[in-house]
Amino acid sequence: MDDRRRDDRPSVSRRSPWWWVIGLAIAALVVIVLAPLASPDPDGLERVAEDGGFIERAQEALYEILPDYSIPGIDDPFLSTVLAGLIGVAVVFALMVGLGKLLARRRPPGERV
Amino acid sequence: MILASIAGPTLTGGGALQLHTPDGFLSPAVALVMWAVTAVIVAIAVRQTNKSLDERAVPLMGVMAAFIFAGQMVNFPVAPGTSGHLLGGVLAAVLLGPWAGTLVMTAVVTVQALLFQDGGLVVLGANIFIMGIVGTLGAYAAYRLLAKVLGGEARGRIPAAAVAAWLAVMGGALSIGLMLLASDATTLETMGFILGVHALIGIGEAAITVAALIFIQATRPDLFSLRDAFDPMRVRVAQGA
Repeated sequence: MDDRRRDDRPSVSRRSPWWWVIGLAIAALVVIVLAPLASPDPDGLERVAEDGGFIERAQEALYEILPDYSIPGIDDPFLSTVLAGLIGVAVVFALMVGLGKLLARRRPPGERV
Repeated sequence: MILASIAGPTLTGGGALQLHTPDGFLSPAVALVMWAVTAVIVAIAVRQTNKSLDERAVPLMGVMAAFIFAGQMVNFPVAPGTSGHLLGGVLAAVLLGPWAGTLVMTAVVTVQALLFQDGGLVVLGANIFIMGIVGTLGAYAAYRLLAKVLGGEARGRIPAAAVAAWLAVMGGALSIGLMLLASDATTLETMGFILGVHALIGIGEAAITVAALIFIQATRPDLFSLRDAFDPMRVRVAQGA
């Protein structure tokens, strides 16, 4: 009780322990709604590489898992891109949470919220 | 309407969705040097994060990585036949601090290279340096300086982040330009084109960064306190009080 009063900083977990689900849902929405609408044109560097004549220096990847943000074998381009994107979102989220848990400091007893 | 656009050339093969520098652009020597520099700085970022990261910030690290990965998939048009995409370093650093921000960018770029074959493995050190170090650590330093000039972070957050986001893209463009020059892949003139096109992409970066920060400010302003929440000095003071 005493501990609770001491921590008057705005608390993340007090408002909703599931807020990160909303954040993850926003990332998923970006993949589902916006990624399929992405401009097909080469990005700035690739465009300059084409115009500047050094695009042919690019080498093929050694192996392919989800090349070009698509799933090999899924022919529907929308499904292929969206599923590949969702896999990416899940993988980077899990990787970062795992790494964060390894690195983060526990709050001292009584400081935990 | 959506169906029409998804049938576009991006997804039907042909135009490959490549966002980052592929292997071969840089000479092996330049790629190796960048690996070494990046390894040292990322190791420092791991140590610093270990010292200062609040456990309550961990889910936000995951969400940031997820959002930046997703955002980078969305190429936006900047000029005829040319697109740009989110970098995200300033957004991550403003919310998580520069060191944790660097780790988020490192994770995203690494997964893109290993799983999605976007960005080469030999040049992965260079790509992490460009986006995770110059575009995150370096841009964050600019952000803090600008926020200070504007009268503190609470007041100057949005304009400082906008300028820093633009600078992050320009800094990244300058770094890849210099690496290409050092690799004998390009000329000074081409370098000018790289900077020119990224001056436009940087405006998009600033817009997305500002939109995300305004959204967080409106819905969860408490998330801004996570970056410095674990300050050992402050905890001691709080316990003594």
